[in-house]
This record gives sequence, C-alpha cells and structure tokens, in this order.
Amino acid sequence: MDRASSNLVELRDLKVAFDGVQVLHGIDLNVGRGEALGLVGESGCGKSVTWLAALGLLPGKASVTGSVQLDGQELAGGSREAFERVRGGRIAMIFQDPSSSLNPVLRIGRQIVEALSLHRGLRGDPARREALRLLDMVGIPDARRRFDLYPHEFSGGQCQRLMIAMALAGEPDLLIADEPTTALDATIQAQILDLLIQLRAETGMATVFISHDLGAVSQVCERVCVMYAGRIVEEGTVAQLFSEPRHPYTRGLFDAIPRIDGPRNRLIPIPGTVPNPKHLPEGCSFSPRCFRAVEACRSERPALETSADGRQLACFRPVPPSEPVEARTRVTEDMLQ
Amino acid sequence: MIRFVAVRLLRALITIFAVVTFAFVVLRMSGDPAQVMLGPDVPQEAVDAFRRAWGLDQPLWVQYLAYVKSIFTGDFGVSMRDKASALDLVLQRVPATLQLTLPALLLKLVLGIPAGVYAALHRQSFGDRGVILLAVLGFTIPSFVMGLLLVLIFAVILGVLPSGGQDTWVHGILPTITMSIGGIGILARFSRSAMIEVMGQPYIRTASAKGLKWPDVVWNHALPNAAVPIVTIVGFMVGSLIAGAVVVESIFSWPGIGRLLIVSVGNRDLAVVQCILLIIAATMVVSNLAVDLLYGWLDPRLRSNAAH
Repeated sequence: MDRASSNLVELRDLKVAFDGVQVLHGIDLNVGRGEALGLVGESGCGKSVTWLAALGLLPGKASVTGSVQLDGQELAGGSREAFERVRGGRIAMIFQDPSSSLNPVLRIGRQIVEALSLHRGLRGDPARREALRLLDMVGIPDARRRFDLYPHEFSGGQCQRLMIAMALAGEPDLLIADEPTTALDATIQAQILDLLIQLRAETGMATVFISHDLGAVSQVCERVCVMYAGRIVEEGTVAQLFSEPRHPYTRGLFDAIPRIDGPRNRLIPIPGTVPNPKHLPEGCSFSPRCFRAVEACRSERPALETSADGRQLACFRPVPPSEPVEARTRVTEDMLQ
Repeated sequence: MIRFVAVRLLRALITIFAVVTFAFVVLRMSGDPAQVMLGPDVPQEAVDAFRRAWGLDQPLWVQYLAYVKSIFTGDFGVSMRDKASALDLVLQRVPATLQLTLPALLLKLVLGIPAGVYAALHRQSFGDRGVILLAVLGFTIPSFVMGLLLVLIFAVILGVLPSGGQDTWVHGILPTITMSIGGIGILARFSRSAMIEVMGQPYIRTASAKGLKWPDVVWNHALPNAAVPIVTIVGFMVGSLIAGAVVVESIFSWPGIGRLLIVSVGNRDLAVVQCILLIIAATMVVSNLAVDLLYGWLDPRLRSNAAH
C-alpha cells in the first residue's frame, strides 16, 4: 500500500469553492514520476481549476481545502513563498491561450531568461545561451535573431512553443499543459502534441495533459481521468478507457467523436448541458443526462471505486464491458418508448 | 518613426493654429477694449484714437493677418494696459504658476498612483474601499469649494497656514494641496482600474506560475502594462501645468498665469490673453505629443502599428 513514495504529486480530497459555490468536490489524484496523465471533460468540469488550485494560482476569492503533496511534502494551506518555490522549478504550467499568456510588453528573450535566473541562477551570457538552446529545442527557427522580439511578433503556435521553452527553463518534474492546443489550428495542434511527447521522452518529466480532445489525450498520455461537474467519474489506462469506456459519460464523449473509418453514422451527442455548479442535481450529477440512469442514480451519489481491472469508476449502472456501439442506440430507443 | 513624429507635429501645429484663430475672433467679437480701458464717459474722439493706435479700426481679417505675421516673427504684441511686451508679462508669471503646479503634479503622482495600485492589489479590502471613498470625494469636490474649506480649517480655525499671498513657501502649501486633491483622486481611480484589468490577464498568471515572487510579478509584469492608461491621464495633467491653476490662484491671490488670465480677460487686454492661450495650447499639445511617443515606448504593439 506504500504507493505514496512512488508518486510525484498526490491530491487528496481537493475541494474548491468560489464565493461559497462548490466547483470541485473532493479530487483524489496521483501523478507518478515521469507519467503522462490526461484530464478530460467538458468545459467547466474543473480540470483546470484542479491544477490552478494545487499550485495556489486561483484568485483570492477561491477557497481551497484538501491536501496537495509534492514528494510527500504538503503544499496546500502553505505560504505564498512555499508555492513560489514549487512553481516553475518543480511544477511548471502552460496555458490555453498562448498569445495572451506571454507578457506583451516584455521581449521574449527576457521572459525566458527571467525563468532561467530564477530557477537556475543563470545570468548574462550563459543565460542567453541557455535560452537560445531552449528556443532551439522547442523549434523556434532563427532564435538568435528573434530573441529580442515581442510576443505579438510570433504566431499562436510559436507563442505556445515559447511558453513551453519558458516552462522547460526551470527543469520541472511535472509539466501541466492546460488545453495547450485548443486555441491553435489543427496542423499546429499536431506539432505541439509531437513536441510535448518528444520533450517528455528527452527530459523524463511527468506531464498532466488537460484537454477535451480525446484524440490528443490518447496520443500524449498513458492514463486518463475523466471529470464531470467537479468530480472524477472514471479513471484508467488509455487502453482501458478507449477500448471499453464504462462510465456512460465517458462513453458519451466517445460517441460524440466523428469517425473517419467505418460507416457514416449519425453522431450521438450527450443530451442536455453541464449542470450549473450552484444547482447540482441530487444523486449522480450526470444522471439527468444519462441514458442508463435509474431511480437510485437520482437520489444517491456513486462513490469512485476501484474495479477488478484496476480502473476507477463512479457509477451504479456502468456500460457493460464490450457492449457494441449499436446497443447504446437501442437503449436510447428503449428509453424513449 | 520619423514619419509618425512628423505627422503628429503637423497635427499639433494645426491644433495650435486653430486655438489661436478661435481666441482671436472670439475676443474681438465679445467686447470692445477701448470701452473697457478708457471707461464709459470718454469722448468719441479718444475712443477712435485708441482704436487707431491699436489697429482696432482695421477690418478683422487685416488685423488677423497682421497678428499671424507678427507671431511668426516672434512678436506677440503689446499689453494695452501695461504697454509692455505681452510675452514678457506672461513669462514673468510662469515661475509663480509652476511653483504651485509642479509640486501639485508630484503629489498627484506619488500619492495617486500608489494608492490606486494598493487598492487594486487588495481588492474588496478595507483599504480598497477607503481609497475609493477618498478618491471619489477628492475629484467630486470642486477646487473652489475645497480651497475655501481648507482656508476655513487651516487659516481661520486653526490659524496655522496663511490664506493667501506668495511671500514664503508656506504660502504655497494650501494652494498646492487644493490643486492636487482632485488629481490624486483621479489618478487613484485610474491606476486602480488599470491595475485590476492587468492583474486579471493570463500573462500575470503565467508570471506567477513561473515561480516569480509576488513583488516581481507586480513590478516587472503588471505595472509596465498598467502604465499605458495611467500615462494618458498623467499626460493630461502635465498639459495643464500652465492652465490648471486659474481657479486656485484666484482663491489664494497667487500672482501666476491664471490670475493674469482672469485680469486680462476682464480688461480685454487682447495681446496678453492671446499670448496666454497660445502658451496653454502649446503645452497641452506638446504633452499630448510626448504621451503619443511614450505609448510606443511602453507598448511595443502600438510601436509596430505606428510603423505600418
């Protein structure tokens, strides 16, 4: 049971409330050393908030409780200085909108050198050389000439590369990539994903990849956590979840992806919308939208439990293993009658 | 860059020219200097002689052309009252006005901006509410009310400060404070909202996520971005260094440009009024130009826009 020592980061019962409205309802999550973990869910399900809270980056009006341990050391409730020591150097983070995530009035070289001097004590020429090496590593062409340019002189994809270079400057043990490709063109997305995969292979840093793009997650990650309305509803390896999604929500996410191969079937959207955190439904939060929900789902909330195959699942009526896709349609038709 | 400056300079010159023309026409249409200078009971011959002497008998456009021509030769006319060079009269008064407006500007900057930044960083706190309350009071109370209030308290009731005159630096305290209070309030409000806006930007989160110490986030990442809107207001204040003291100088009998303007308008001392308006317009225009150039220095995005 001594898994604790092998984990880099452990979140226990992490809860976040904004102005008294609970948006994160107790997240338990481990990130192993060098592991790539995907965090999936619709917008507003708490994927980003989880990690912003873990790093103390939420605004002051957010109240955060629970435990965040890095190498067994407790971070939650710590001082600002304690968080500042971890950020960038141990855990780095890149964000969804790279163009506005870089300071518009500072030269990009300076922004990277700033991180280098902060975490590695590099100054002057050595700092510049190292920054150029990082720019090279993330694939910024002609870095030497563009060192003194401003962020607006780079494209969105290049800005994300710059963000990644800045994150690498602190040689972190964990990189949190918060929807790093959402704001980018499809071709650029693929490049950034490749870069993340390649950098992880080279540096051995763990990656948490936050996304609503299941395809991207399957490329980058080994393990996936599916979140819904501030809770983890299913967690397992990429292979487990992609071959046999058990939670109806996970299943719904897959059914909503268009397929290039196979017959042209109508996409099956998940009906309804994400519930307002102020008025979460009783019982399982997903029950009003769930095609398998029964009476019990609307009054009681299923706990996240580990099943025989090692995956974790919070559902009273999970999708049976190996149920073919057509069955799902039939169930929906049954419900309608 | 040179093109940018040249365009702005040309625009500045046109603005000054428009102000000068407007002042020239309005002043001549709104009262007769001969009547005011000589009094109501002088014979018509004296009035005619006065008009001839000052060229007021000429058609307006002839007067105007002569005036513009003389400006370009550096001649700003002669005061009808003191018979001295209008420019000399005005320039003599400039130091007195700057004695009030420069310290007042300094007060606005060192109190207004830090107060606003503090409030923004401690949003919804007691201190923030205090700053907002004082700022609103500061810029909603007109300076003539504020001036009289301060005189009542510090000169009449407490008797610690003089209520008027320019004998020592102590005489400058009340007018300087009166003049700065509104500006402190305005700057505090602007700095606060500029800073709140910037602190919500993604790049501030990036700076924090990088591991920067909080003071470095504020100084190196937030303030340079908040500077653009703040500089706009400060530029306006710099532009009013000459003109901003009209009311306060009158309350505290301070012999600066503002008082000279009021007296000269009353006397229809055309050359002096025109000269003052020209100088006011020039300072305002020059400070606007400086702000435009500063924008480019502060925000590289505006710099490249201007280049295209």
